Amino acid sequence: MALFNPLLLGIAKTHLLARKKQSAIAALGVTFGIGVFIIMVSFMTGLNGLLDGLILNRTPHVRIYNEVKQSERQPIEDLATYKDKAHIIHSIKPKNSQLKLRNGLAIRAELRKDKRVKGITPQVSTRIFYQAGAVQLNGNLAGMDVLEEARLFNFQQYIVGGKPEDLASNENAIVLGAGVAKNLSLQVGDYVQIVSINGSRERLKIVGLFQSGLADIDKVFSYCNIGTAQRLSGEGGDYFTDLHLKLHDIEAAAGMAEELRNSWGVNAIDIKTANAQFETGTSIRNMITYAVSFALLIVAGFGIYNILNMLIYEKMPDIAILKATGFSSGDVQRIFLYQAMMIGFVGAAIGLAFGFLASYGISQAPFETEALPTIKTFPVNFDPKFYIIGIIFALITTFLAGFMPSRKAGKIDPVDILRGQ
Amino acid sequence: MMKPVLEARNIRKKFFDPVEVEILRGLDLSVMPGEFVSIMGKSGCGKSTLLYVLSTMDTQYEGELYLAGQALQGEKPNELARIRNQHIGFVFQFHYLLPEFSVLKNVMLPALKLGLKSAEEIEHDAMEKLRLLDVQEQALKRATQISGGQKQRVAIARALINNPDIIMGDEPTGNLDSRNAQRVFDIFREITAEQKQSLLIVTHDQDFAAKTDRIIEMADGSIVSS
Repeated sequence: MALFNPLLLGIAKTHLLARKKQSAIAALGVTFGIGVFIIMVSFMTGLNGLLDGLILNRTPHVRIYNEVKQSERQPIEDLATYKDKAHIIHSIKPKNSQLKLRNGLAIRAELRKDKRVKGITPQVSTRIFYQAGAVQLNGNLAGMDVLEEARLFNFQQYIVGGKPEDLASNENAIVLGAGVAKNLSLQVGDYVQIVSINGSRERLKIVGLFQSGLADIDKVFSYCNIGTAQRLSGEGGDYFTDLHLKLHDIEAAAGMAEELRNSWGVNAIDIKTANAQFETGTSIRNMITYAVSFALLIVAGFGIYNILNMLIYEKMPDIAILKATGFSSGDVQRIFLYQAMMIGFVGAAIGLAFGFLASYGISQAPFETEALPTIKTFPVNFDPKFYIIGIIFALITTFLAGFMPSRKAGKIDPVDILRGQ
Repeated sequence: MMKPVLEARNIRKKFFDPVEVEILRGLDLSVMPGEFVSIMGKSGCGKSTLLYVLSTMDTQYEGELYLAGQALQGEKPNELARIRNQHIGFVFQFHYLLPEFSVLKNVMLPALKLGLKSAEEIEHDAMEKLRLLDVQEQALKRATQISGGQKQRVAIARALINNPDIIMGDEPTGNLDSRNAQRVFDIFREITAEQKQSLLIVTHDQDFAAKTDRIIEMADGSIVSS
């Protein structure tokens, strides 16, 4: 007994074609379920990919920095006299230490040799004031290797009205936060007066605006070359406050951060720890997508179940004569199961096409947002995986919906019907 | 000595619902090849029940049943379906043609199920049977588009398609006017005479039964005369 018996398939097909309207409505349920699944999953994962990309592509996998905090070991602990005593110390203050990353150059040299590391960039972060006439605005200036930042962390995606190269080639240039520029009524090409916390001043040319999409950040942060920042801080060429690492394998980030903390005694945080909320968001969005699609398919499944039940009730005499003339219970069962599966297959195929067209339409719709200056249309993920999942989903649902009614059809006793007429 | 095509020994059957009633009380019966046998009796005497036991569709009975020498009692349902397909043809009071299919396809289906011949051969055979029953012009019409008498003749053609050893009928002329009933009888006669196929027909029709080779008369679950 072949799984797909052409004779039984032919009978199933004839039954369906004899009731085109009913079959079409049943298939439409599946079409709708699968179509919505494809649209939702393509759009959701597209959006997820975009948001994850924002984080994954722009954030260092491991950030090494210096944190101002109190010493973990207080001097009293080293005194032999009070060794076994309880220590109660009031009002502990943070230790006064440099912001400079200790052993920064050595760490950088070591990590450059590490095969797991794709790239490493130093940053100099310093507090500044933006001066405009009598007004001083608080700010934060980060000096960095612009071209490396662009290569590793897509810095160029944040810049509107300028190119990273413009900054790289000019030691007296700045990429000003969009919010700062707005507040100070400055444009690209203008000059801005920067005052560092130790009083030194610089006049820097604005070569671009920085727009992250977070207003609070854009109102405070600006970027310049690392040399400019070192000059403003009054420090030498070996001064930097952060090291940003990009790894070949993001999964290695947590282990790497741990390793750095242990071997160098520095603060190191990995991307997963720093952005835990994004993973949660992604998995919850995926869950909602699958739950909604599954619910729709169950509704479609009930539709098929209903229609098949009615069909079988109506077809009792036909089933009886098929059995009388030598079709077995299994044959009859398969005739009706095939019908359910055909409805499922055709419905799903149309649903996939419909889902593809609709998500293509969405991918062409304009989508402009402050946060993503380089994105112009909605992000849609056309991964063929979802289409395969969709059709398997549909076939399983329709199989289950068709199974009970068709088993009932197989069990019909022909004698009851043939005698009754 | 010819062997009977159908033989039943001591067939017993009880109905349990609502109370236990013995509807067949130890029947013996045999049909020879080419024999045209009718079963008569009052309503409720068990003649239809007997026919469905003999047809292999009803398996809830005691006793022995042989078709062309093969024992049928205790066979699996799928095997019985195959035996029905190949060796037994059925004609009922109602035609039971599948309304979605053409007349030709209706006749072809049991042979397609049997699967011994190619689709072309089966189509050729089906046309032959339709010609034999004088409904070949209707072959491509839908089963719902032909008259009642024609439907019954198509149903007979379907019963003949696999050249069964025996054709069983449950009131095959019950729904027909006398002209069509006579026609069906003539066809049955021809089949037994030419093809040496046996016929076992349950009927109420005295005139019809009188013209058959042998009448089995039943009363209260037993055979009174045969």
